[in-house]
Order: sequence, then structure tokens, then C-alpha cells
Amino acid sequence: MKKIEAIIRPEKFNDVKIALEDMGIIGMTVIEVKGRGIQGGVERQWRGRPYKVDLLPKVTLFIVVNDDVVQGVVDTIVANAQTGEIGDGKIFISPVEEVVRVRTGERGTSAF
Amino acid sequence: MMEISYLDTLWVLIASSMVFMMHLGFASIEAGFTRSKNTVSIIMKNLSTVFVGSLMFFLIGFSLAFSGDGAFVGTLDLVAIRGIGAGVWDGLTIPGIVFFLFQMMFAATAATIVSGAVAERIKFSAYLLISAVLIAFIYPVVAHWVWGGGWLADRGFVDFAGSTVVHSVGGWAALATAFVLGPRIGKYDSNGKPQAIAGHNIGLATVGLFILWFGWFGFNAGSELAVDDAVGIIATNTFLAAIMGGLATMFVTWKKSGKPDAGMTMNGVLAGLVAITAPCAVVSPHWSLVIGAVGGVIVVVAVDLVELVLKIDDPVGAISVHGVNGLWGTLAVGLFASGEGLFTSGKIGLLGIQALGAGVTFISVVVLCFLLATAVKATIGIRVPEAIEVRGLDTTEFGADAYPDFIRD
Repeated sequence: MKKIEAIIRPEKFNDVKIALEDMGIIGMTVIEVKGRGIQGGVERQWRGRPYKVDLLPKVTLFIVVNDDVVQGVVDTIVANAQTGEIGDGKIFISPVEEVVRVRTGERGTSAF
Repeated sequence: MMEISYLDTLWVLIASSMVFMMHLGFASIEAGFTRSKNTVSIIMKNLSTVFVGSLMFFLIGFSLAFSGDGAFVGTLDLVAIRGIGAGVWDGLTIPGIVFFLFQMMFAATAATIVSGAVAERIKFSAYLLISAVLIAFIYPVVAHWVWGGGWLADRGFVDFAGSTVVHSVGGWAALATAFVLGPRIGKYDSNGKPQAIAGHNIGLATVGLFILWFGWFGFNAGSELAVDDAVGIIATNTFLAAIMGGLATMFVTWKKSGKPDAGMTMNGVLAGLVAITAPCAVVSPHWSLVIGAVGGVIVVVAVDLVELVLKIDDPVGAISVHGVNGLWGTLAVGLFASGEGLFTSGKIGLLGIQALGAGVTFISVVVLCFLLATAVKATIGIRVPEAIEVRGLDTTEFGADAYPDFIRD
């Protein structure tokens, strides 16, 4: 099992969610976050004066899946979240030791 | 003595209610232009100004402005509106009490102009005291000069609905008070370069702008104090100047910084409105377009002047909108008044009188408010401690969050 943690543009989230749903990935946890990459933010203006916004709003979605679908999920996220501009986000993949369904106490794959 | 006209009375009552609604406009635009940690604070300032300003005007301001025929100040004959009732006000067709109500609404708007310029750092008690003195003594004196039969009225000075009396007085009071108060923490960097401190709600500011704009029909057309041939053109001139102010500012900021600036464009609409307030009854609709457009350019230049040259921090642009454009509107009378203006008749006399009145008002109000603010600073203190300013005035001075995150049952 792997945890896929994808930080993407908020305006791309709906496209990603629908595309994942089409490939059978329904369960996910989503958090609205703020962050920055190496370019360190953007410039805005207020009453004619520029100011720096160094943390930008993003959406992070967490999905835990079996190893065999990881590549497909990642490809789908990239295909639907990509604009080619700076600020498209990052995806982190990490191993998951155990999953427990709170309602029943089931463990492992059947707890998905 | 003329007889009471109930049509005129009804119109002035409606106009009074419209001017009253401008307090909601000021509260909303100032809250939108400042940070969310100071929202309760700015709302309490705008709210309390209505209480304190109106009470002071009732007790003494009205009498100082509108009684007697002294050159510089009225008498105490009408203290606490003694003797004012349903009887007709001399020279008008409305009851004295209705005239008082309309003037009381005007007086409170002058005080509330200050609240935006001193936002996010003034001590609440100091603000209350300054508002009270402004409306009890300073505003009424200028109102007497112009509208109460004082020395400017005698010389033919024209300020129909208060570019000088209301807006410049409020704007210059804001200038002196904000100067004594000093800039917000973070407004200027270590090199003295001004920084943008973004407001938190442009939508709320927009609601405020349109309410002010609506109220201005009552402010200007109501100042005719009657329903007659003039009110239609006054209302039309008011609207035309506003749209040109907004349009001019939109294009100036677009050219200047590459993008049209929403907050400044709102200031531009208000600049047009303030500028047309003095001349709205004496100029043509065509000149109103020009007066508004020039106001929209002036406001952008004035904001830079205040921030970059004078180094005064005015979070909402009140000094530029009300003070500077009040001055421009007053001079515009001398330039464009039908039959009397420099450009419309070639005569320069009225322009000279307008400049004299605006100049004396500037010096008087700035000096008096500087002394007032300095006295407040030396006694009860004018500014909140640094730790309170950084945390925000809402949770510290008022014990409240404007936007509470967690609510416990």
C-alpha cells in the first residue's frame, strides 16, 4: 500500500477528482493548504502599491491505494492538474504499513 | 416668513435618512479597506461617531453654526435646540426641527471621515474625545462661516452642500490627527518606503461605496432643502461627477501600475462625489463631468503625495478623497460656476473668494486639530501600545473577533 499526497492548484481539484472517480478511486481526504515552492510566491497590488504574497493557496489530497494502481493514479493527477506554469504543485508517494477501518476494526486491504 | 411646504418637508426628511445611511457606507468601506483583526474596532468607531457626533451637535454644535449673525461664530441662543420645533425655519419652507435633523446628519458625517485615516492604531477613548470636540466646536465654526451667515457667506463664498464645510473639514482633521498619530507598524520599511497593507474584504468595501453613492443624492439634492427646479440638475450633476471620477481613476491606475486597481477606483468615485458637492447647484452637467474626472486624477496623485512626501499613513485614502477633493470642488466653483466662473465668464472674483475660504479652512482646521490631537496625546494618550496594534485592536480593545474561528457550545 502506498499513500499518495498530491499538492495541486485549487482550481484544478475538481478535474482531478472527476478523473480519479472515473478510474474507480472514490475515497480521498482533502485539505486546503498554503505553501510555496522555490520561486517563493507572487506579487499582488493594493491601492496601486505592489506587495508580496509568499504563501499561495493550494489543495492537498491524500489517497491510499494498492501498489498496482499507484502509477495510474499519479498519471491521472498529473494529466489533470498540469498547466505547465510554475505553481502546478508536487506529488509525494510513501509506503503505508497498515490501514484500519474505524467502524469495524478490519485491517489491511479489506479496510479500504 | 414663508409657509411650511409639506412636500419640501418630506423631501428633506427622506434626504436626512439617506445621509444617515452613509454611516453604513463609511463603516463598510473602511472595514473592507483594513485588516480583519481591526474590523470590530473600525465598526465601533463608525457607530460611536453617530452617537457622539449627533449628541454634540444637538447640545452645542447646531447653536454655534446656525444662530446669530456673528462673522466668525454663532451664539449660544439655540443650545440643546432651545425653541426649535414645528415652526418654520427662517428663510425656508420646512420646520426648524427638520432643518436641524438634516444638519445633524451632515455634522456626523464630517467626524466619521476621520475614523478611516486613523484606523488600526488609534486608542478608542482618544478617538471618542477627538470626535466630540470636532463636532461640538470645530465643524460648527466653519459651518457658521459658510452656511450660518458668517464672514465667508457675506463675501459670496459658494459651498452648496459642503465640499469645504463637511469634506475638507473632515479630511483636514484626518490629516492633522493621522500626522500626530504616526503610521501603522509596517507601513514604512527601514528605508522609509511605503508598503501596501492590503485590506481584507473588497466586497464589503463595494457595498460601502454604493451605499455612500446612493446617500450622496440625499446629501447634495437634499441640500436644496426644497423640491424645486434645481433638485433634478443637482442630482444629475452628482451622479455624472461620480462616474467620471471612477472612470478617470480606473484608467490612471491601469496606466500607472499596469492593472486597473479596484480599491483606488472606489476612491475615484468618492473623489468625484466630494468634488461635485460644492458646485453641484451652480454648474452644468457638462462641467460636472470635467470636475469629476479631474477629481479622479487628483485622488491618485494626492494618495502618493500623502504617503511618499508627507509620510502620513492614511489606510483608506480619506485625506485625499475628502480633504484634497473637497479643496478641488471648492475651487471648481470659481472655475466653472455658470455666469461667475473663470472658464464660463472670464471673471476671477469668485475663484479668489473660493481660494480664500478653502485656504483659511485648511489652516484653521489643521492647526486646531493638530493642537487637539497633541493635547490628547499628552493627556490620555492617542495610540494603542505596540503589542496591541500587532495583535489587532479587536481582541484587545474590544475582546471580540470579527470572524470567530471556533465557537464552543
